[in-house]
Amino acid sequence: MILDGKCPTGPIEQTWDKHRFDLKLVNPANKRKYNVIVVGTGLAGGAAAASLGELGYNVQAFCYQDSPRRAHSIAAQGGINAAKNYPNDGDSIYRLFYDTIKGGDFRAREADVWRLAQVSNNIIDQCVAQGVPFGRDYAGYLDNRSFGGAQVSRTFFARGQTGQQLLLGAYSALSRQIKLGSVKMYDRREMLDLVVVDGVARGITVRNLVTGAMESYAADAVCLCTGGYVNVFYLSTNAMGCSVTANWKAHKKGAYFANPCYTQIHPTCIPQAGDYQSKLTLMSESLRNDGRVWVPKKKEDCGKHPNEIAEDDRDYYLERKYPSYGNLAPRDIASRAAKEQCDDGRGVGPGGRGVYLDFADSIKRLGEDTIRERYGNLFEMYEKITDENGYKRPMRMYPAPHYSMGGLWVDYNLMSNIPGLFVLGEANFSVHGANRLGASALMQGLADGYFVIPYTIGGYLATVKPGQVKTDHAEFKKCEADVKAEQDKLLGINGNKTVFEFMREVGGLMWENCGMARTKESLETNLKKIPALREEFWKNVKVTGSGAELNQQLENAGRTADFLEFSELLCRDALHRNESCGGHFRSEYQDAGEAQRDDVNFCYVGAWEYKGDNKEPELHKEPLKFDNVHLAIRSYK
Amino acid sequence: MSDHKTMTLTLIVWRQKNASDAGKFETYTAKNITEHHSFLEMLDCVNEDLIYAGKDPIVFDHDCREGICGMCSQVVNGAPHGGQDRTTVCQLHMRKFKDGDTIYIEPWRARAFPIIRDLIVDRSALDKIIQAGGYTSCHTGGVADGNAILIPKPVADEAMDAAECVGCGACVAGCPNGSAMLFTGAKVSQLAILPQGQGEAARRVMNMTNTMTECGFGNCTNHYECMAACPKGINVKFIARMNREFLKAQFA
Ligand SMILES: Cc1cc2nc3c(=O)[nH]c(=O)nc-3n(C[C@H](O)[C@H](O)[C@H](O)COP(=O)(O)OP(=O)(O)OC[C@H]3O[C@@H](n4cnc5c(N)ncnc54)[C@H](O)[C@@H]3O)c2cc1C
Ligand code: SF4
Ligand code: FES
Repeated sequence: MILDGKCPTGPIEQTWDKHRFDLKLVNPANKRKYNVIVVGTGLAGGAAAASLGELGYNVQAFCYQDSPRRAHSIAAQGGINAAKNYPNDGDSIYRLFYDTIKGGDFRAREADVWRLAQVSNNIIDQCVAQGVPFGRDYAGYLDNRSFGGAQVSRTFFARGQTGQQLLLGAYSALSRQIKLGSVKMYDRREMLDLVVVDGVARGITVRNLVTGAMESYAADAVCLCTGGYVNVFYLSTNAMGCSVTANWKAHKKGAYFANPCYTQIHPTCIPQAGDYQSKLTLMSESLRNDGRVWVPKKKEDCGKHPNEIAEDDRDYYLERKYPSYGNLAPRDIASRAAKEQCDDGRGVGPGGRGVYLDFADSIKRLGEDTIRERYGNLFEMYEKITDENGYKRPMRMYPAPHYSMGGLWVDYNLMSNIPGLFVLGEANFSVHGANRLGASALMQGLADGYFVIPYTIGGYLATVKPGQVKTDHAEFKKCEADVKAEQDKLLGINGNKTVFEFMREVGGLMWENCGMARTKESLETNLKKIPALREEFWKNVKVTGSGAELNQQLENAGRTADFLEFSELLCRDALHRNESCGGHFRSEYQDAGEAQRDDVNFCYVGAWEYKGDNKEPELHKEPLKFDNVHLAIRSYK
Repeated sequence: MSDHKTMTLTLIVWRQKNASDAGKFETYTAKNITEHHSFLEMLDCVNEDLIYAGKDPIVFDHDCREGICGMCSQVVNGAPHGGQDRTTVCQLHMRKFKDGDTIYIEPWRARAFPIIRDLIVDRSALDKIIQAGGYTSCHTGGVADGNAILIPKPVADEAMDAAECVGCGACVAGCPNGSAMLFTGAKVSQLAILPQGQGEAARRVMNMTNTMTECGFGNCTNHYECMAACPKGINVKFIARMNREFLKAQFA
């Protein structure tokens, strides 16, 4: 089937304004009759719940943590983009749009990206009004820094904790609505099913993580804002609780999963220290503004103390290979280049899996105080984990799974193919194509939540009668029973392997065979091994305790079960896409190490339809058209 | 790296089935721990052993494991987050311990934080304090340009110093009175320092401090244990600032 993204047509700079005008409105007096469920309270969900509540809708919001303030958006360090052009260095909405399309390797929709660039400026204003303490200069003006993949300075930041401050802004707006009674917040709840009645999304099934009770909630629309899925690699920069579960359950109820193979590996993370390790820690990309990346030229130097390696014996490979962007080359390119150096035997640190990020030159030029002022918290974090002082010796870095560009398919209104199911933030697939530029995920989350969904959800709700299905409907009972049955099954297996062992195994397969580089062969290996591992899981996993209590093993078991299914779809998507683009690098399709796109055959969004357990999913295509940005080879040389 | 050198530790951990259970300490052994394990990874290893033995693993709150979400919350050897300067328990590493050490692990203990299970407590009272006024009442859209009101760097920096609070509650757990003054003071100050928050400053401080009392948090009697416990180094000067805001509000 050919999918239609329902993008408005006409001159791109008028699309969003015109579309907003064309959307139907819900009468203010009627808004409170509509119930809206928002699952997830990160930047996307927090902003959406607060804004929809303020508009007058009856909102029920959910998160698995103990407070909406803890969503993983909190961990974003570096910054958020906007086309303000405050530094007068040539930025514009058009340039942000252009950079994002190009950065995404021409695999995103033009209209969606245009809208993102257009509302980016409103986001900064909104956050300032909330009291987000962005970095400023002595005169009081907002400050900017540069980020990878851009030649202008358009990134706004709050020290090294931009995500935290933006999330706390959204959380404060949400808290205000909770107090006013327009939003009811349900924390420590995990969504375990989407309830679909006659093809329309009508509610969700959740597990109360404290009591273990199954609960049903009905609504006129459901918004999934449940974040990304890169924990499918087990070790990633995501929080321990991040999962594909909400998305996957919706997928199994009919929502198409788009471009799952587009995953981003972030170039600067602290290398793994041992196999007990539970997660990887990112060091913000902003460090590449002042840090220089290098490896020893000679293999025999790799074991030496870095400060003893002579200048001439260092290979500043990003500056060498990409002279115009240098250390600020986009993530996919920087990550692959690091892997290349390490594969070549010139990596440093444990297992030769590391490259240096060196601040010596900047410290000489700017002084240690300036560097501390800019990145102090990152240096501190680095030292806590590695026991090494980044001011005195170069940091060691290695790429790690970080972000998922793929996600549930949505149209221009952020509605999935299931009427009434909307998907926002990292959970959808919409704007980053095959690679996301730094500082644009925060922008997308807040754009979707503050400035898109408040309009587009109205366009849908204005066409439906409120409160048509309640939780006493048989489908709600059935979903609760199904979820409960799956949990009882997990608890009853009582096998020999823990959930973590399975997660490590599937994550290992994904990293090895479907990570930074993929081949037909490696993917086919996974398509054999994953189903076998899944079968073993359902025979041999050991989960202690019961379902009627707080049970973290059971929570993890459910998430792992979903990853064991989803990972197969990811590999299948990677196998079908016989090209390299952005974060999806198929070793067979390259031109001297650079990704080789195939625009004739693959210039489309690949959206998969679930067809039943252990059945092959069906691929639907949405062709991509580029009317404003010329389809070109993406070069950063 | 010296991964081959491993430690064996004795853990004495608070176990409590649910809110109504009396709870007690249990003793466990942590084996094969290296200096590179984080404290929570050490607990993961202990839990794996417990699961193999068919026993209930120790439950504890955690998520980001990088010191920013504020979810982790354990009192280690009497100190919230383990007592390392500016460090959450998830960032604490085992190189701070020696082979053969005995480690006591307990949940936050405070009247306003009932225990849910083992090391997990209910901190929703902190959310209630924010709901009482920890915001500016701006609407989505329809706000001024970000540069319309200038905020010189020292002012923005001071607001950021207060805004860094991760809402973990260690200040409450560390305080002999179970007071939430540092947490509340940080938010009141952040918004009082910034021009955007000044219009509602008086109402905000009254509502937030009233809610603090209603939720069962104790008074501040200037012990400053909160600052010692705080993993983000939130300064007690923000308590003083809140007290000033409170006085101003009363006379307003
Ligand atoms: C370490 C790190 C650094 C980053 N730095 C930057 C940066 O500098 N700039 C930038 O632009 N981007 C950055 N990113 C990316 C960006 O932070 C995220 O993409 C973005 O914040 C995601 O927001 P979200 O609202 O979509 O999801 P999240 O913030 O992840 O929120 C997900 C929400 O869904 C809830 N949830 C999930 N599943 C369920 C379920 N089954 N039931 C109930 N609730 C559920 C969670 O409780 C949570 O509330 C970074 C990411 C990481 C990991
Ligand atoms: S003030 Fe410090 S200790 Fe208290 S909640 Fe905030 S970060 Fe935690
Ligand atoms: S787990 Fe997030 S701060 Fe410790």
